[in-house]
Amino acid sequence: MFGTYDVPDQRNLLDQTRQGIIGKPLDRPEAALKVTGTATYAAEYRPENCAEGVLVTATIAQGRVLHLHRDEVLSMPGVLGIFADKRMLRRPAQGTAGQAPVQDVREVEYYGQPVALVVAESFEQASHAAKALRIDYAPEGDVPFDAGKAEYESGQKPVILGDLDEAMASAAHSVDLTYTTEGHASAAMEPHASIAAWQGDVLTLWGSFQMISHNVKELADSLRISPRNVRIISPYVGGGFGSKLGISHDAIAAAIAARELGRPVRVVLTRQQVFDTIMRRSETRQRLRLAADASGRLTGLGHEAWVSNLPGEKFAEPVTQATEFLYGGENRKLAVNVARISRLTSGSVRAPGEAVGMQVLEAAMDELAEKAGLDPIELRKRNLPASQPGKDRPYSSRMLVEALDQGARAFGWDARKPRPCMRREGEWWLGMGVASAARVNMLRPASARVRLEADGSLLVQSDQTDIGTGSYAILGQIAGEMLGVPITRVRVELGDSSLPSGAGSGGSFGASSTGSAVFRACEAIRDRLAHRLGIPVEALELRDGIASGQGRSRPVTELLQGEALEQVGRIKPGKTQMDYAQASYGAFFCEVAVNAFTGETRMRRMLGAFGFGRVLNAKTARSQCLGGMVWGIGAALTEEQSFDLRDGRLLNHDLAQYHVPCHADVPALEVILLEERDAPASPLQAKGVGELAICGAAGAVANAIYNACGVRMRSFPMTPDRLIAQLPDPIARAAD
Amino acid sequence: MRAFSYDRASAVADAAGAEARLIAGGTNLLDLMKLEVELPTRLLDINHVGLDQITEVEGGLRLGALLRNADCAADQRVRRDYPLLARAILAGASPQLRNRATTGGNLCQRTRCGYFMRLGTRCNKREPGSGCDAIDGSNREHAIFGVSPACIATYPGDMAVALAALDASVEITGSRGGRSIPLRGFHRLPGDDPSRDNVLEPGEIITSVTLPPPVGGRQVYRKVRDRASFAFALVSVAAIIDIQSGRISRADLAFGGVAHKPWHDPEVEQALLGEVPSPVLFARAADLLVAKAKGQGENDFKIPLLRRSLIAVLAEATGV
Repeated sequence: MFGTYDVPDQRNLLDQTRQGIIGKPLDRPEAALKVTGTATYAAEYRPENCAEGVLVTATIAQGRVLHLHRDEVLSMPGVLGIFADKRMLRRPAQGTAGQAPVQDVREVEYYGQPVALVVAESFEQASHAAKALRIDYAPEGDVPFDAGKAEYESGQKPVILGDLDEAMASAAHSVDLTYTTEGHASAAMEPHASIAAWQGDVLTLWGSFQMISHNVKELADSLRISPRNVRIISPYVGGGFGSKLGISHDAIAAAIAARELGRPVRVVLTRQQVFDTIMRRSETRQRLRLAADASGRLTGLGHEAWVSNLPGEKFAEPVTQATEFLYGGENRKLAVNVARISRLTSGSVRAPGEAVGMQVLEAAMDELAEKAGLDPIELRKRNLPASQPGKDRPYSSRMLVEALDQGARAFGWDARKPRPCMRREGEWWLGMGVASAARVNMLRPASARVRLEADGSLLVQSDQTDIGTGSYAILGQIAGEMLGVPITRVRVELGDSSLPSGAGSGGSFGASSTGSAVFRACEAIRDRLAHRLGIPVEALELRDGIASGQGRSRPVTELLQGEALEQVGRIKPGKTQMDYAQASYGAFFCEVAVNAFTGETRMRRMLGAFGFGRVLNAKTARSQCLGGMVWGIGAALTEEQSFDLRDGRLLNHDLAQYHVPCHADVPALEVILLEERDAPASPLQAKGVGELAICGAAGAVANAIYNACGVRMRSFPMTPDRLIAQLPDPIARAAD
Repeated sequence: MRAFSYDRASAVADAAGAEARLIAGGTNLLDLMKLEVELPTRLLDINHVGLDQITEVEGGLRLGALLRNADCAADQRVRRDYPLLARAILAGASPQLRNRATTGGNLCQRTRCGYFMRLGTRCNKREPGSGCDAIDGSNREHAIFGVSPACIATYPGDMAVALAALDASVEITGSRGGRSIPLRGFHRLPGDDPSRDNVLEPGEIITSVTLPPPVGGRQVYRKVRDRASFAFALVSVAAIIDIQSGRISRADLAFGGVAHKPWHDPEVEQALLGEVPSPVLFARAADLLVAKAKGQGENDFKIPLLRRSLIAVLAEATGV
């Protein structure tokens, strides 16, 4: 028994335990450290005699490095070495790679790619020397920079069911629309950073990572050493959003230089380097074909996407991921095509697939609702199939109708005007929009160690990361709840590769996967406590350090008899993952104002109602939803990577020019957490929530813009320039 | 960042004529030094020379060159008599930056053209004679007025746009003595020497900016941008509009985000003066303004956006 999850755990054990902390909006245990600046992040460790490394990036887009003018730089003050090794990374590793990504920086594949590392005594010396290093290149290669000029290949196995063309031709109502979305950056606050130190053949790497057990393998494979000789320490991560799923340039460069120089080396990417070299979410072009009968029931559903990545890269933004299961429509064509272009690597950025796929699907659904003469909520409700189309498997649980209904009531959806241009405040058109939320749910292999100390306190350990999401909080709550230990007596240690392998943070799977491992470890300890108390475990109650049941009651410390109980819990995805369509669901409602003159859109208010199984911590879950909605606002209105089509370089590579929403862009956000138990998803009956609240949000904004001013925006982000191209000239109106 | 020497000036006299790069708030210069777009070998810190007060002069106000933007925008006299200026300052940057940024430094801030700020590109402003990668490149943020074949960059600020509408003057001192010039003439068009943003000569230092006596009227600063705060203007409009006996008696206008300097077009003002405010009049004035505009491709939208923004501002200021 290796913990495979084959049968849904219907016991809902966490509803019977008595500590009363599961789901509660408890503060994160590390919150005070973080808000007082005393949580130590990767770049902030201070190993003795640490040298400083700065990466040098290519000023050509494709070609070979012929010569580094090393001598000019080696004589500069403080410079210790220049490294341009064939082991250094050209591309960062994709999520769950578990092996070396493309290496050898003597070749250049995209503008801004790291080609060397300069190490000096001080950061300033290294930084200046890195800029001073002259490099001779042989530009060569003909990979296009513009997806419009590239060849496309299939990025995933298409889904083709029935005859979509025929369904479109015979539909009572249909839409055939093409949308574009621009590239996104993760833009995590903490830049990618590594400090490498060797003791003999053993590498210790302080870094900023999401999936440590995979990152160990990626480091070891890249350096051609045994994974046993790699230790990663990453207890606090200042945001990842996919960009730290795999290792990046800094880690390998620091390790190589540290080995060579015989002293620790720190490499921190500059903000610009993070933007230029880590991971982008591909821009997309998407064609949506929706065919419906007279009642608004979908008969056909086409969702085809065109995305881009570097040659050879396996990742293709899985744009149609939620379209596969969300709505009905027996005639289907879902496909993702990928263009091979020379720009930085594309990979996972928070909610890969759904983030851009759902917003477009939901915008198209709004257009279909209008054609069918249905309220957009009603259209969605009419198209929720009983089982997943084409796969004929049931939904594990689906709170979409509840989300739409409860959200609509709380938001005041009935005040929405049925047609555009019916509400105006001064220069501003006002309107409301709705969209569904959906994001696939995943369980990943995970393990964790739980130790019930002889004094009755608890220690939970895993290499699970906390990337700002609340892993420390929820893992402690699960263990404390299961073993009846007050939260103040629970300690959680994470982010160290010497601890049991958690699932890591990605794909919204960290909480339910590693949480399930903690749960199982606790179950085993409960068994032993019940045995010692002399009652069946089903009768065991644990609360505040007291074990009781069947009329017996004893302090847990007495049962422990001076010795700790320790257990490693494990979980692996099993049959429940295949037997059920698993996803988290929700609904977005928003109200926007569009300036009739300038085309500026301002959010007035936004509400999201979400069902993602059991809520493990109402505060951290809500925070994930808030953050997701903010990302949705960014995708809707402001975020857009701008590339120079002559050489593929990213132009807006800092936070002044790449516009994440600022406070003034974000209105009061309301979050409704729906009560739900999803047993096929995990023994916790919990699903993922880390990405859900992005998936479709921008569609709600687009639909609200239409309801406000009558402009159907089919290119995102919906910036003023794009809006005024379609907004009627207001002066003609004023002169009427 | 390249190593540099650092000195502090204790009086303006130390700074005037100094062969050093002056640093005040440093909100722009330090960024550019980190990028090595600016490579000063000597920095002279002028934060301790005084010049940080607002004084009343000849019916107007004199703003010290080292007056912090935040203090300027919060000053009761500024808010009462020159609300346009307070609003323009508050439309820019963030509170943290406005606490550091100064009157003189703000005028001297450099373009945010992405090519200028990135080594390894051709930029006549950063490296005279190297060419301009923006002209055939990504130029959504760039100028629609007064460009040259050498440079299409914009002056990015807000405060100076308000000062241009207010017809402020800039007091300058240098080793050869002092001079005062109209703010509208302080920034340059790029011409064939875009490396020079303004008319300051080597060794000269701004000592103050003087606002003329208050003029009344309605004052509007409208900044149109990609997000609601902390973004440079796509276009901005500064306007002082007064109406006497139903006719426009004052129309002082300046425009930001559209040229290498705060853009001022007397013809547009003339077209409004003496006229009865109406949507048709506003459209005519706006058409006149954009008639001279020329897009570079990605920034073509700025032409209709500026036109629409001016119309909106005139409607707001006149209540039509």
